[in-house]
Amino acid sequence: MAVGARQLLGRLLTGRLGRPGCGCDQCPLAAPADVRRVTLFGSPNVGKSAIFNQLTGAYTVVSNYPGTTVEVARGRVRVGDVLLELCDCPGSYSLVPSSEDERVARDLLLEEQADLVVHVADAIHLRRMLPLTLQLIEAGLPVALDLNIVDEAARAGLHVDPDRLGRDLGIPVVATSAATGLGIDRLRALVTGRPPTPSAFTVGYPPDIEEAVARIGDLLRADYPISRRAIALLLLQRDEGMRQRVLASDPGQLPEIDRVVAETEARFPHPLAVPITLARQRAAERLSRAALTQAAPAPRPSLAEALGRLTVQPAAGLLFLAVVLYVGLYLIVGKLGAGVLVDFLDERVFGDLVNPAVTGFVERLLPWPTWAALFVGEYGLVTLGLRYAVAIVLPLVGVFFLVFALLEDTGYLPRLALLVDRLFKRIGLSGRAVIPMVLGLGCDTMATLVTRVLETRRERLIATFLLALAIPCSAQLGVILGLLSGHPAGLAIWAGVVLGVFLLSGYLAARLLPGEAARFYLEIPPLRLPSARNVAAKTLARLRWYGAEVIPLFLLASVVIWVGQISGIFGLALAGLRPVVGALGLPDAAADAFLFGFLRRDYGAARIFDVHAAGRVSGIPLVVAMVTITLFIPCVAQLLIMVRERGLRTALAMVALILPFAFGVGWVLNFVLTTLRVQI
Amino acid sequence: MPDIELSEPAEELLAALWAAEEEGGERAERHSAPTDQERAEAARELAEAGLAQESDGELSLTEQGRREARSVIRRERLAERLLADVLNLGEGQVAEAACRFEHCLQRGIDDRICTLLGHPRICPHGRPIPPGDCCREGARAAPSVISALADLTPGCSGAIAYLQTKRRDMLQRLLSMGATPGTPVRVVQTFPSFVCHLGQGQIAVDRETAQDIYIRVSSTPPPARRPGLWPRGLHRFRFRRGRPR
Repeated sequence: MAVGARQLLGRLLTGRLGRPGCGCDQCPLAAPADVRRVTLFGSPNVGKSAIFNQLTGAYTVVSNYPGTTVEVARGRVRVGDVLLELCDCPGSYSLVPSSEDERVARDLLLEEQADLVVHVADAIHLRRMLPLTLQLIEAGLPVALDLNIVDEAARAGLHVDPDRLGRDLGIPVVATSAATGLGIDRLRALVTGRPPTPSAFTVGYPPDIEEAVARIGDLLRADYPISRRAIALLLLQRDEGMRQRVLASDPGQLPEIDRVVAETEARFPHPLAVPITLARQRAAERLSRAALTQAAPAPRPSLAEALGRLTVQPAAGLLFLAVVLYVGLYLIVGKLGAGVLVDFLDERVFGDLVNPAVTGFVERLLPWPTWAALFVGEYGLVTLGLRYAVAIVLPLVGVFFLVFALLEDTGYLPRLALLVDRLFKRIGLSGRAVIPMVLGLGCDTMATLVTRVLETRRERLIATFLLALAIPCSAQLGVILGLLSGHPAGLAIWAGVVLGVFLLSGYLAARLLPGEAARFYLEIPPLRLPSARNVAAKTLARLRWYGAEVIPLFLLASVVIWVGQISGIFGLALAGLRPVVGALGLPDAAADAFLFGFLRRDYGAARIFDVHAAGRVSGIPLVVAMVTITLFIPCVAQLLIMVRERGLRTALAMVALILPFAFGVGWVLNFVLTTLRVQI
Repeated sequence: MPDIELSEPAEELLAALWAAEEEGGERAERHSAPTDQERAEAARELAEAGLAQESDGELSLTEQGRREARSVIRRERLAERLLADVLNLGEGQVAEAACRFEHCLQRGIDDRICTLLGHPRICPHGRPIPPGDCCREGARAAPSVISALADLTPGCSGAIAYLQTKRRDMLQRLLSMGATPGTPVRVVQTFPSFVCHLGQGQIAVDRETAQDIYIRVSSTPPPARRPGLWPRGLHRFRFRRGRPR
């Protein structure tokens, strides 16, 4: 039923029902159009998202870091008579998935039944890219190859002959550079043109494997979205996902198939993935040798090279990191974001203009104080909800996303990953986890989603837990840096305690959680000068995502508080929290900050900002409040993502652990600081 | 331990008994299967040398036999590695030649070959190579032809010889990241992670992964890279990071 409705909706949207549209040229609803469903597939960091953006004009997040497309991006665009439905998959190295995002990509490829699968590849690393092309061809899919980043390849002295490669492979091949727009017209013509017929190119495997492939192929009875040869090869490589599919469609045949797999495995010393991969590599080697010419590479800009070398060396790298943190977090997010921007928006725009105007307007319109309180006043929709969202949180998050986008586009993050890998191993993570952790400093909700790039369940669990516990988001960070910037000792205590909790709880989690330690291996892209276009696109795309998440929740929170207030529940909850807050040495007014913190993490910090501005909290209580709020439970949005990604039980267990822990640390800190009579 | 001269079939049988103990299964026969009479003769020879004993028709290794068998297996698998990695023989040739080669490898030479190959831990078929004294002492002074990435110093270059890992997903990843046999490698740094140029790109791996990537070394940097910075002899006291235990 639901599927039927969705299909109908899809047809309505794509105009397949022959429904007349609005008549304009751009509108996807316009008159009967030829629909082309195109899937972009390829390894991480080859520019799939950039190609997607070039083709659709929309912006997904594009970065110089493997694995940023964790969710599938879709776009629809009209080119001439053709309606193009594009789908951008998370990066995959192979059709055998080894992480969650690769699984998403593979399933998508199987389910989508696209008219054309475009394998986007990095021309510089053609030899490494071709095995995936071969797998797609093997799967019997209509494949085209897009050799991207040819401009950089040319700078490295590599020239690819797309026509030669296309003839050898029997598929259309185009050369593009998504950054400069080179070749995009040809690609657009290709994806909107008549879909190619599947290629007949085959890779020859060792005889024992070919025999097993034939036997398994004969055993498969049901209809599959990809060729039997490809399924047989996946089964021989012990692809559990594919085995489950076969179990569902051909349950009777599975025991026999398993026997063939086991028999074939016994004939090889290694897992069968090795001879299969090597056979493809050899074919790729041959193909790329025929299509590539290597001239003397143009001299690389030596500054980028030297900087690239420096940033991975331990001492220089740490110094570089300190500079990045100081400039990026302290100066830009703290001083510029929390200081200048928030001050301006909160005091000038809302304080002087919006609030008085809206208050006056609402009070004239709604003479009943209870109803007026929904919109204006201490907890009003406009004066609280909208003000927090627009004046306090948005500028902070926006500025952070800008800094993050800059770091991403230069290729600095993988370098940071290799620097911290050893430290991260101690807390049960690999260097790869630096991405969600740093992103968490912007928005923990988004970062929890990005933990998908981590390979083991154990690593994802630990990362999710640490994000929920000890990584302050940029809204908190901005407020904290803003409030404590006048108290260097307070800032140092806060940073020390939070970092200590991060390391200690990570260390304990790594000791307590069973499972194999994560391995670290990562490609290090060359350092590039960030392109303004990319940085702007990334910042905007993230902000748009954030805006869609945050503003409704902020407004909803205002309504919840209003309901809580008039019904008296809010007062009761506050009364319940007061003793707890009092035990931490905090004034009663801080209680609502914690209550707000349940609704949104950043909300709580923003509330402390107000309480501080009113002069009701400073010194030791301020530091204690900051530490507790930082460790405190995640906001509603993050909690929802935690439940979705890790399951309800795990998420609740984490909250049950974090809540008393945060207050406990706050209590101990207050006790220690007051006993030692620390002056802040 | 006195050197025991064994006939070829006896050595074969000894190795077969070891493999049976190791895997709890039978060992792939590499030659034409021995006849019952050959086998009986070999068994008698082992029993006379005190290397094996027969009970209930089951032949099993004695303690001394186990030591002897371990050495035979070690030589055999090292020979396989040598033929496969250094001489680049194909799979069929390796099995045949290793079999003959192993018998010529005298005790003591195996340690040299082991060092030359960078103290490999598994044979080309994925079975463990029993470690010798050289592996335990970490004798790395002698030049190695094949070496684990983890044992190389910055500036070394060569090409990937083979990967050894039981983790299928990781193997797949490394292969698709371009770490395929034959790809040129240049080590850039070894701390805090191993960074190397790989073909046209650059990769970073941790020490554990670096121990699984074996490299045919073609050039090593001159030993004293910064002459004059340290007084002669003082280098012994310099902090050497990342030496494996």
